[in-house]
Amino acid sequence: MTAPSSLLRRRVFSTDHKVIGVQFLLFSAFFLVLGGLTALAIRWQLAWPWSRVPIVGKALYPATGGVMTPEGYTVLFTLHGTIMIFFVIIPLLVGAFGNFLIPLMIGARDMAFPRLNAASFWLMVPAGALIVASFFVASGGPASGWTAYPPLAPIASAAAGRGLGQTLWLVSVFLAGVASTLGALNYVATVVMLRARGLSWTRLPLTVWALFFSAIIQLVALPVLTAGAVLQLFDRFLGTGFYTPAHLVVNQFTPESAGHAVGGQPLLWQHLFWFYSHPAVYVMVLPAMGIVSDVLAVHGRKPVFGYRPMVFSMGTIVVLGMFVWGHHMFVSGLDPAAGTAFMLSTILIALPSSVKVFNWLATLWGSRPRYDAAFLNAVGFVAMFVIGGLSGIWLASTPVDVPLHDTALVVGHFHFVVFGGSVFAAFAALHHWFPKMTGRRLDERLGKLHFAGTFVLTACVFLMMHQLGMAGQPRRVADPYVYAGLAHLKPLNVFISKSAFLLAAWQGFLVVNVVKTLLAKPEGERNPWDANTLEWETASPPPHANFEAELVVARGPYEYGVPDGPRDHRRQVGPG
Amino acid sequence: MRLVTVLLILLLGAAAVWSFAAARAHGWWFPENVSVFGARIDALFDLNLWITGGVFVLVFALLAWTVARGALPGRARPVHGDLRLELVWTLVPAAIFVGLAVAQLDEWRELKYAGARPHVAVTARVVASQFDWHFVYPGPDRRFDTLDDLETTYELVVPAGEPVVLQLVSRDVIHSFFVPGLRLKQDVVPGMRPEVWFEVRGPADLELVCAELCGWGHYKMAGRVRVVPRAAFDAHLAALERAFRSNGKDER
Repeated sequence: MTAPSSLLRRRVFSTDHKVIGVQFLLFSAFFLVLGGLTALAIRWQLAWPWSRVPIVGKALYPATGGVMTPEGYTVLFTLHGTIMIFFVIIPLLVGAFGNFLIPLMIGARDMAFPRLNAASFWLMVPAGALIVASFFVASGGPASGWTAYPPLAPIASAAAGRGLGQTLWLVSVFLAGVASTLGALNYVATVVMLRARGLSWTRLPLTVWALFFSAIIQLVALPVLTAGAVLQLFDRFLGTGFYTPAHLVVNQFTPESAGHAVGGQPLLWQHLFWFYSHPAVYVMVLPAMGIVSDVLAVHGRKPVFGYRPMVFSMGTIVVLGMFVWGHHMFVSGLDPAAGTAFMLSTILIALPSSVKVFNWLATLWGSRPRYDAAFLNAVGFVAMFVIGGLSGIWLASTPVDVPLHDTALVVGHFHFVVFGGSVFAAFAALHHWFPKMTGRRLDERLGKLHFAGTFVLTACVFLMMHQLGMAGQPRRVADPYVYAGLAHLKPLNVFISKSAFLLAAWQGFLVVNVVKTLLAKPEGERNPWDANTLEWETASPPPHANFEAELVVARGPYEYGVPDGPRDHRRQVGPG
Repeated sequence: MRLVTVLLILLLGAAAVWSFAAARAHGWWFPENVSVFGARIDALFDLNLWITGGVFVLVFALLAWTVARGALPGRARPVHGDLRLELVWTLVPAAIFVGLAVAQLDEWRELKYAGARPHVAVTARVVASQFDWHFVYPGPDRRFDTLDDLETTYELVVPAGEPVVLQLVSRDVIHSFFVPGLRLKQDVVPGMRPEVWFEVRGPADLELVCAELCGWGHYKMAGRVRVVPRAAFDAHLAALERAFRSNGKDER
């Protein structure tokens, strides 16, 4: 395998998994900025509703002199959710780190299907372009929430923004779904077929296990959402009525009079949507769990405690995770007997997660941490994930969920999982594998500063959302103070918004760190962390086809704290 | 950095505990509950909060402690696991979780199962449409969809001291009937006619919130639920009927 000679083939239309991984990294970084800006605009409106949006207000809302419109607010949270899930967290953890790490960590020269892999990235580009374009549609951006519930979403007359904007949204989600399915197929084939000699399943690093499990979720569940999106497109353009019940009068429009079929079920979409979109949470958090396990072991200089329980608990999450989607539908009109079943399965899925938390604690117990930025972010993940997991139990409890459903408490809950969890794990991964990607270590002082501020501000932004929800502030409401009973929550919302602006600004330390490090001279160290796994057995950055020679694996990935010998660790390769 | 990290963990733990401990005093708790059944939901929330709160304090204390004692001399002991510990922290949480789930089954059944519906006629039909709440009473013949149905908007009046059953109907998209003071929420899905039931002992004036995104005006789809003594309720219906008889005929 020799590297292609043309620059275009090497850097842009490459089939090298490392290049594709870095492309996914840049892709998700771009959308992280966009998604973050939508979050700030949302927070502006919630703290100071109907006041002129600073800086971008005039350009975005010219008709009102820079004041956000109610439909503009709806577009913002629709795009925020869609972008953060489909274009940031999944491409970041699965696309970027999955692509970069899987072949390296299993000692393979590339993915099983390098062209399929490239196709997976190049389908995300039009998907991303469409979602950006949808924001600028003159008739309004997509405004049905990232959940796109019918009849609101498919029926174009339901309001402004359900026209071209919503169509672009649907096509974008469809393309992203196809892209992820192709990627997942590739990951599963690669892990099954291309492990180095001696790398048995029980010697696989937990990061690879986690990415493998995420890929299985995507393979099994994602086609359901993709097909569901196609049905919504049919309802819009082919006159079908999969999701349209009879006798609707939407904004003086009746689907029957326009020749549309009716007799469908709005709840059908909710089932199809959540059948993937709940497991998608595990797609976002399983890789984080794997990454954190590896980072804690390497930077804590101690084996991962309970390797097999760690693998089994992730496997349990995959299987049980397919049977919990109904907890999004407790108050939807779902049969209450099904609600009972979904309550039991959802409360039970807290069990594998808590087993993992206890195993992380046991890994930390008596470890010899370096307290570097990678380690700190991994500890931050554990702390944040515990909070998000525990408030999840309240929402799994059907009677308690009734007053809390669709309130700000739910927003706080899942941001602790996805921001506190997945994003902190991504920071840990960035610090840990940046030297492998670029041959340079990130600056530790800047890294620690970035961690400490991000940790405090994340708590400031998301913790008190629990209280907002208890007090009754609903989600997706452009002006909560319309309700007199919520007026007293304004100071809390102002505090949260100010914290959110600071949190965003604080990410400047990470940007400065990355830029500064990239401008520095490469150290080119192969194994700066004294780690055991296979990705450290090659140059930094690794050459095309990854390894100079074929690797033969002799042991598991977590031989740290070795009592005898000059080194405290035994690499997976070699005599010891 | 070790001490800073310990401090950060303790800070987050303390902030989380404080945010719930201080919530009532700051008005960040649930609004006052007036529903007979809602009190049982509140009790279940307290149960959830105490159990998860206990787990939270335990885990954060362990996390802070393990991070704090890290700087020991020599190398870590290369422990790869312990079956007994795994069994303990699998089975004990499993028992707690299953127990917690089972403890809530009764309330869920009484809240939603059709068999728990009070044996009374539907008090009113709630009709949701972008972005208003309408309410229909069956009128003197006690039947819906007849000429004497009484319609009103924004404010739903229901009797105190007896079970109230509402039928929820949507004309267009999905809305959600959310009354925080009743601890009651039910999506109003077009094509379905879900029913909800509750009982309030004394008079109350409650906010009605739309809790499902229903379009650009979702944020202002507010209403009220006023609970009044039976006599006042009957008088309210009579007034509606009089108004209907005096000017409603031409509109029909």
